[in-house]
Amino acid sequence: MTTNTGTPLVEMRDISISFGGIKAVDHVSIDLHPGEVVGLLGHNGAGKSTLIKCLSGAYQKDAGEIYINGEKAEISNPRDARHYNIETIYQTLALADNLDAASNLFLGRELVTAAGFVDDAQMEAETRKIMARLNPNFRKFNVPVSALSGGQRQSVAIARAVYFNAKILIMDEPTAALGPQETQMVAELIQELKRQGLGIFLIEHDIHAVMDLCDRAVVMKNGQRVGTVNVGDVTDDDILGMIIMGKKPAKAY
Amino acid sequence: MTQTPLSSPPASPATAAAPANPVKRFLAATEIDTRLLGMLAALLLIWGGFHLYGAVVNGNGAFLTPRNLWNLSVQTSSIAIMATGMVLVIITRNIDLSVGSIIGVTGMLMGILQVDVLPQILGLGHWSIWILTCAAGILCGTLIGALHGWLIAYRGIPSFIVTLGGLMVWRGMAFIANGGKTISPVDSTFALLGGGPGGNIGATGSWIVGLLACAGVIWMLINGRKQRVKHDFPKRPMWAELTLGAIGCAAILGSVLLMNAYPLPVGILRRLELPEDAFVSHGFAIPVLIMIAVGIAMTILMTRTRFGRYVFAIGGNPEAAALAGINTRWMTLKIFALMGALTGIAAVIASARLNSATNALGTLDELYVIAAAVIGGTSLAGGVGTIYGAILGALVMQSLQSGMVLIGFDAAIQRIVVGMVLVLAVYLDNLYRARTK
Repeated sequence: MTTNTGTPLVEMRDISISFGGIKAVDHVSIDLHPGEVVGLLGHNGAGKSTLIKCLSGAYQKDAGEIYINGEKAEISNPRDARHYNIETIYQTLALADNLDAASNLFLGRELVTAAGFVDDAQMEAETRKIMARLNPNFRKFNVPVSALSGGQRQSVAIARAVYFNAKILIMDEPTAALGPQETQMVAELIQELKRQGLGIFLIEHDIHAVMDLCDRAVVMKNGQRVGTVNVGDVTDDDILGMIIMGKKPAKAY
Repeated sequence: MTQTPLSSPPASPATAAAPANPVKRFLAATEIDTRLLGMLAALLLIWGGFHLYGAVVNGNGAFLTPRNLWNLSVQTSSIAIMATGMVLVIITRNIDLSVGSIIGVTGMLMGILQVDVLPQILGLGHWSIWILTCAAGILCGTLIGALHGWLIAYRGIPSFIVTLGGLMVWRGMAFIANGGKTISPVDSTFALLGGGPGGNIGATGSWIVGLLACAGVIWMLINGRKQRVKHDFPKRPMWAELTLGAIGCAAILGSVLLMNAYPLPVGILRRLELPEDAFVSHGFAIPVLIMIAVGIAMTILMTRTRFGRYVFAIGGNPEAAALAGINTRWMTLKIFALMGALTGIAAVIASARLNSATNALGTLDELYVIAAAVIGGTSLAGGVGTIYGAILGALVMQSLQSGMVLIGFDAAIQRIVVGMVLVLAVYLDNLYRARTK
């Protein structure tokens, strides 16, 4: 998977952001091509989530530029990010626990009737359709998502990202709270979305998941980029060395 | 959001759940909120208790009479209208302590406007005075609410502090506005909005309102069923639909009969130049109709619009709401502005009922309004609450108040009882929620 010629789907150049004098992200550049899965690795506090939140509109970068399909993009809030077909599955899932699955799936993008009222029935029907595809065992359409299991909540969050035809998908530790079967389900979904030509940023701690799912891996440490590697060219020990000691293997760039 | 728990799609909820207990089966099939039933039971208990106490101890059961219940409906209106707005404020994890004082200051503004200012310009008794006065009052409330909302959302001051400040500032303003003097009487058309003499719609009007409401209930049931059929969702069994329709219409027509059973007193008959032994019904009071209209509008706002959906989302998880692209600050400002507008409407009713504007109007109302919302099931933790619950909560609060007056408890005892009931109600609600979880 080194055939990354052509215009990247996403290019983040020289991004910096600091909180109260601490540089959370320090001049980091990464890119992502269609049909590619790029893993973002590093210790807790390395700046992975912060970097990616600049792309999803949750944070505003202090410096640097973002290009989508080669054109400069201004992303200053989550609504802007959605406008560029960037969808995010947050580690916390970002669900309103008191609302049901359909209300969460369409939150901020409700379907409305001709009179301008929210069309709950239509939204539930759409939710049933997409859930039948993603998680056929899902039945709890009419209860608040607080009553769902970790895996069910995760499938609501994933459905939200997939339903709106994302081109760029950000997944922040999507399998952290899941059992083996559900983790497998997410892995299959990632492969499927990849085949459809989406670009996926995957923040992940599990080195085996990275080796299995990612084409390239970007390692961060203390807010800086240690290096980027083609996953096929290195061993998991190489990547662990980058994460733990910040040691850049020969094949990294 | 419109449908309630159910199991596998093809089976009907009744057969899918199939609890053996007939009461449970009835509740599952009709999808009635059990919490609502609990509140209604509590209300009936309070009413029956006061009536019995009066009958046994004082030899005069005065509570369950058309006259008292009619008065109760009027007294509830202003608190209930504010409570519907307080639901939104509390759902989004805020509080508004200033509503009582906003009533005071908008009441004074409207008093000055309709007694001192507008008659000078338009002439005394001009037909448009009451309209301009109401508009000004509601606008004033909205602007004060918006100011509070702005300080909370865009300046990051906690709502408790902003509205605690507002509680003092606006009460002071109400005093300064007319040097502490009471303004009375108000415009005669304006006074009707308080439900005083003539401020009711009579027997025929009440029947029309009641029949329209019944038609509304039936339309809602039919439309709801049509939606479920269209999307192939589980339907309620037909007998449950019919039972719901019958209960709804019976409750509406029963209240019409009740309101019509209270005749105008002799003094008013004399003023209207009617024979003194004529039976002329009060019918619904105008403030009650305003309360019902507000209740319906707020229910639609909360359950059928994006605005309402966002209110719940912010209450459930403010961070998730912001990440979903909801402008949570602007929402907060709008919610407080709406609370202010509703307070303006409540001020119209309160000062019209008093037929005057005083600087003490609405004192302690904020506590009754918050209590009504909380008794009605609004969770102070945020994210949960209903409009009908708040209105019922206001009715419970007012029933306690006027019931104790009726049986001759003095003000000190009244406060003790109301305070204890508030704490007990929230405790029972906690137990209920823990059990149904």
